[in-house]
Amino acid sequence: MKDVLDDIERWQGAGHRVALARVVDVIGSGPRAPGAAMAVNDRGEVAGSVSGGCVEGAVVAEALDVLVQGEPRLCTFGYSDEEAYAVGLTCGGTIRIFVEPLDS
Amino acid sequence: MNGPLAVVQDCLRAENPVALATVIELAPAAGGVTDGAGLEPTAGGVTDGVSGGRPLPPLGAKLVVRPDHEPMGSLGDPDLDRVVIRDIQGALAGGQSVIRRYGPRGEVGRSDVTVFIEVFAPPRRMLIFGAVDFTAALVRVAKVLGYHVTVCDARPVFATPARFPEADDVVADWPHRHLAKVADQLGPEDAICVLTHDHKFDVPALIAALETKVGYLGAMGSRGTHEGRVARLLAEGVGPDAIRRIMAPIGIDIGARTPEETAVSICAEIISLRTGATAPSLRDGTGPIHHGVS
Repeated sequence: MKDVLDDIERWQGAGHRVALARVVDVIGSGPRAPGAAMAVNDRGEVAGSVSGGCVEGAVVAEALDVLVQGEPRLCTFGYSDEEAYAVGLTCGGTIRIFVEPLDS
Repeated sequence: MNGPLAVVQDCLRAENPVALATVIELAPAAGGVTDGAGLEPTAGGVTDGVSGGRPLPPLGAKLVVRPDHEPMGSLGDPDLDRVVIRDIQGALAGGQSVIRRYGPRGEVGRSDVTVFIEVFAPPRRMLIFGAVDFTAALVRVAKVLGYHVTVCDARPVFATPARFPEADDVVADWPHRHLAKVADQLGPEDAICVLTHDHKFDVPALIAALETKVGYLGAMGSRGTHEGRVARLLAEGVGPDAIRRIMAPIGIDIGARTPEETAVSICAEIISLRTGATAPSLRDGTGPIHHGVS
């Protein structure tokens, strides 16, 4: 998360709303360890990364939706997840990502 | 930014340890199970779950723990807070982020509340002795890896921040004298790289470095240079077991030539020693350390 805090601070300072997505659990083979983070602002700008690239787009979509809905959610991405198959991890693992709107 | 994340940001900037606990999952509202505490389940809000009649904290609720500070924030129940704070302190001591599950009041063996405890350890430290071209490249690679990097050289004309702009600290002092000041801050996660390859500097530096608890101690120079160094260390009364701690010639065997390639070779050796993965270290091979001109 270290790498996205400066962007969060800057975006919030400019009056943007920001959602934070963090890898909280990795089951099996996963590209990034727990703590890997991505921040997304209400203009769709992105800082950081939560995977090797395979689920980034889906996480941005979740983050933007979280900004609209206003409630945190826990998302699961992996091979075993039917719905997430299209954006699953090529490495065969499962990652859980907690996405939350930040207080401004 | 305000609240818990601002505290985390302040700690990271000051390179102080900090841990952030976040409620990431709540069990579905308990199906009619009550424990007689008189709390009726509230209408099934997503963030105001109820389990066994006890209100659950909201998703995203946070606690921040810093060593020697009062914890900040709350998960809404003093008993739950107490148990989670204890686990956060354990995670901080171990340096590992973890997931823990609790009952609504911190009961073990239940999973009503799932908490992600993220630990932010201070950066690992690297001390580089000798202010040469190889040092500048090693500083850059070490910074990419997140190290707090100190360059130390006894010659003030070489030990200047202008020559090592990426270094966190540049110290003009004899390495062994600098080590005497900082030795007790160094631990198994930290590294010392002796790049002077001049016995006048590196023998006292290595003797002082061997007194520290660093997880990695490497010394630059050819096998011949190191043989001469070992003879001098033995003459100074350093034992063979201590000398075996020294990774010399420094680095893994990737045929590195340039300062930048050598920096990658050194950092790869540091990583592999920490993780226990096998990478061929030059120390464990024979023959010339350069593979001919490529």
